[in-house]
Amino acid sequence: MARVFIPPLLRARTGGLREIELEGATIGALLLALEAGFPGTRERLVLNERLMPGMAVIVDGEAAVDGLKSAVGPASEVHFVPAARGG
Amino acid sequence: MSTLAVTTTLNGETVTFLCEPHETLLTALRDRLMLTGTKEGCSNGNCGACNVILDGTLVNSCLVLAAEVDGHQITTIEGIAGPNGLHPLQTSFLENAALQCGICTPGFIVASKALLDKNPQPTEREVRHWLAGNLCRCTGYDKIVRAVLEAASAGATKE
Amino acid sequence: MTQSNGFKVIGTRPVRHDGVDKVTGRALYGADVRLNGQLYGAMLRSPHAHARIVAIDTSEAAAVPGVKAIVTGADLPHVGDQIADIGEGAVNLRHLSANILAGRKALYFGHAIAAVAATSLTAAQQAVNKIKVTWEELPPVLNLRDAMAAGAAPLHPDVFTDELGEKSTTPSNIAEHLRHEKGDIAAGFAEAEVVVEREFVTGTVHQGYIEPHSATVQWNADGQLTVYCSTQGAFGVRREMSEILGVPISHVKVVPTEIGGGFGGKLNVYLEPVCALLSRKAGGRPVKMTMSRADVLAATGPTSASIVRVKLGARRDGTLTAAQAWMAFEAGAFPGSPVGSAAGVILAPYDIPNVVIDGFDVLCNKPKANAYRAPGGTNAAYAAESMIDELARALKMGPIEIRLKNAAREGTRRADGPVFPRIGFVETLEALLHHPHFQSRLERATGSRRRGRGIAAGFWFNWGGTSSASAQVNPDGTVALSEGSTDIGGTRTSIAMQLAESIGIPVNLVKPQVVDTDSVGYNDATGGSRTTFATGMVAYELGQKLREELIAHAARQFEVEAAAVRFEDGAFRTDGKPPLSYFDVCGALRDTGGEIVASVSMRTKGEGPAFGAHLVDVEVDIETGKVKILRYTAAQDVGRAIYPPFVEGQIQGGVAQGVGWALNEEYLYDKAGHMLNAGFLDYRMPTALDLPMIEALIVEVPNPRHPYGVRGVGEVPIVPPAGAVANAIFDALGVRMTELPMSPARNIAALAAAGVAA
Repeated sequence: MARVFIPPLLRARTGGLREIELEGATIGALLLALEAGFPGTRERLVLNERLMPGMAVIVDGEAAVDGLKSAVGPASEVHFVPAARGG
Repeated sequence: MSTLAVTTTLNGETVTFLCEPHETLLTALRDRLMLTGTKEGCSNGNCGACNVILDGTLVNSCLVLAAEVDGHQITTIEGIAGPNGLHPLQTSFLENAALQCGICTPGFIVASKALLDKNPQPTEREVRHWLAGNLCRCTGYDKIVRAVLEAASAGATKE
Repeated sequence: MTQSNGFKVIGTRPVRHDGVDKVTGRALYGADVRLNGQLYGAMLRSPHAHARIVAIDTSEAAAVPGVKAIVTGADLPHVGDQIADIGEGAVNLRHLSANILAGRKALYFGHAIAAVAATSLTAAQQAVNKIKVTWEELPPVLNLRDAMAAGAAPLHPDVFTDELGEKSTTPSNIAEHLRHEKGDIAAGFAEAEVVVEREFVTGTVHQGYIEPHSATVQWNADGQLTVYCSTQGAFGVRREMSEILGVPISHVKVVPTEIGGGFGGKLNVYLEPVCALLSRKAGGRPVKMTMSRADVLAATGPTSASIVRVKLGARRDGTLTAAQAWMAFEAGAFPGSPVGSAAGVILAPYDIPNVVIDGFDVLCNKPKANAYRAPGGTNAAYAAESMIDELARALKMGPIEIRLKNAAREGTRRADGPVFPRIGFVETLEALLHHPHFQSRLERATGSRRRGRGIAAGFWFNWGGTSSASAQVNPDGTVALSEGSTDIGGTRTSIAMQLAESIGIPVNLVKPQVVDTDSVGYNDATGGSRTTFATGMVAYELGQKLREELIAHAARQFEVEAAAVRFEDGAFRTDGKPPLSYFDVCGALRDTGGEIVASVSMRTKGEGPAFGAHLVDVEVDIETGKVKILRYTAAQDVGRAIYPPFVEGQIQGGVAQGVGWALNEEYLYDKAGHMLNAGFLDYRMPTALDLPMIEALIVEVPNPRHPYGVRGVGEVPIVPPAGAVANAIFDALGVRMTELPMSPARNIAALAAAGVAA
């Protein structure tokens, strides 16, 4: 089960839960699982079947490069944060 | 608008070009004579990217009218290297990594040559004071100042 | 010869490959492009900060001899709302388009309104002066407090406050609110024995690259667009041109020129689409447009003015228990300030159990903010590092001591959630601690001069992104390397060095060139400190491929299996036969299997976060308020310094920009929103006379996820300077400076308010 950390501004949709253990081999699968348990969460993180522009997903401390298709391990930690690239 | 014919000595060669009366030397060098090594950074005399040497004096070519150079001598960055290779200042800039993006580099090299022509052994303070009219946004000036001091100590005298 | 770092090429100091062109004036930058038959473009810009465009009459302008085309916002294709990832964060393409040429409203002083192409620049400028615009002036919103006030008039009727996808019900100038939370903030402050809190303000600043933007574009009758411009990312220009002009991406070829500085300000297009429209209207003649310095300052993308509040709580022993930050960043006329990255940077150097960070992206009638080196980082660290200093003084702890006690390490959970991999903040602080500068005593001055010493830390994520490159081995043993990463400060060489190391040849045999978008695979922009990391990783892989091929060729020459061949010290060896030199094998490629060509494209992973710690001594004249930098030492973990002189140069240059931001630089506007200092005389950047030598102290804690350990260098060094200088001024005067820049006038006012007399 991957540990999915819920961004603070989304916690109203998860009943205040900060992290949720979910089953899934990719970010996309995790978000479908999240939506199944907490309706109205996925639309806040996904736009046109891609990760919301301006957002980065961090898996085990590294930016995941494949968006919703990014692989997630069984004990991975997943975070959704503002994308920061630089000047 | 009347077009003027201007004859000048440019990097040691006699050159005649046409220009409009309001045209700057910078524009004439870049757009009439195709010497684009002289750069435009601000066009109001604040950055030094367009530095050239006019009759032995360092000037911002954006503040000189092209018509004013008739009968005078100009050295641009294209005239700094000699027939036998780079000027010691150019070599020193390369060896000291004294450039990053390189846009200000022609101005710095021309300005530094004008300094060493007048003062072959400047102190760090004198180099910094002389080059205060040249803006560089990449290097923090450290390696530029070192390059000029090193060229000076190696005897980069007037050519 | 192998060096002490175990490498033959990495860590050496060769002369850069493009050096001679750049010291002789031969290198061609944006404004040096000249195409046969080209026209010259000029732009009409808004004289108002906020005004409705009632009508534009171009009839008199069109009658100026030599004028070939005039365009206004009406010539841009309609772009609907479409959110895309371009540059720093999400961009609505409709906003991007409206920033290129204004639609119904001018939203800032300098906003592009219309453009002319003519046979001479003089004619184009004359025509621009004859364009008649009927304006209906509107009251401008010029600062964060006014923009955020309840009842403030919204700039856009269709921008609502976005809170991670949840929109406000009414339009607002607060385009976005973001938040990070960790632990229990109330419990954290309850546990604290000392609490400090303060608000900081920073002004708008510009990247200040010396080369103004310049573009030359030809829109051919067959629909093909060729763009020559100075940009940090040719592929980004291609994408933006395609989106803004509504043409297939395959119709756009971008030819990058040399670039005269970028620092984040040359990630997006400004002139390119306008030149394209003019070219099409002028029957396909190429159109060149170059900005004046005033246009660059008033109308490109400076970085945000900001308000940042920081509250810290700690136990008596110095352990941080809680931190809260609130920050509002000016986005300018369209959403998209770097407040998101600022929120990630602000407390990153420290391991704090309980944190809340709120960030607001705020619209106002100023130019659309763009990235500037570690976007948002300087604003954020100025506030946070000032407060760490204040806390250290309250606890009577040393500035390095308190930072070491709370330093983030491998395994520390960041405030925004993720856990740090191997990082080198502790090593960086220790390097500074043991440096002679820190160990020295600062001589106190006399009379009206006061001296002080300050320290601050800084962080940047560093970015990987996608890079591609290709290479071929020539019969003379040189390797032609084609890459798509803009070289702003020596990356041709830092990449060539990694290729050379990987193959096992000297770096002078590699011939790197930056090529156009049709000639190499996709590359993300040079930004985010990614090029030496990511394109370097590509170069490593490319080198391994070439090396393997070379060994196969040598094996054919030896008539043995490839596994029996070793390539060492420039020679191919196999047991029982005399060695073949590298050059022998390259010269015989055609007879041993053919030419060797390889290409690699990677979406890189394993970016290495990095930290810096800066130490500065200042002297403040309390009669004039002027601050002089006496000595500066900047320590930074770079992972591995591939090309040390340019690593030092990045650190020194970042410090210089940070010092300018700290002491002099800011945009000044009058009450109507006209920019008052759109020139280098009054937008005062540091000169050679304003700075001492800057010591760059390179710390190497290799990034385990990069073949050579690279983290990235460019962004970190601009993060700490403002905080370090502010802390040094406090040390000198006992006055906490809460507004940037700490200009003479502000310092005098602060001294008077604090009752410090000269």
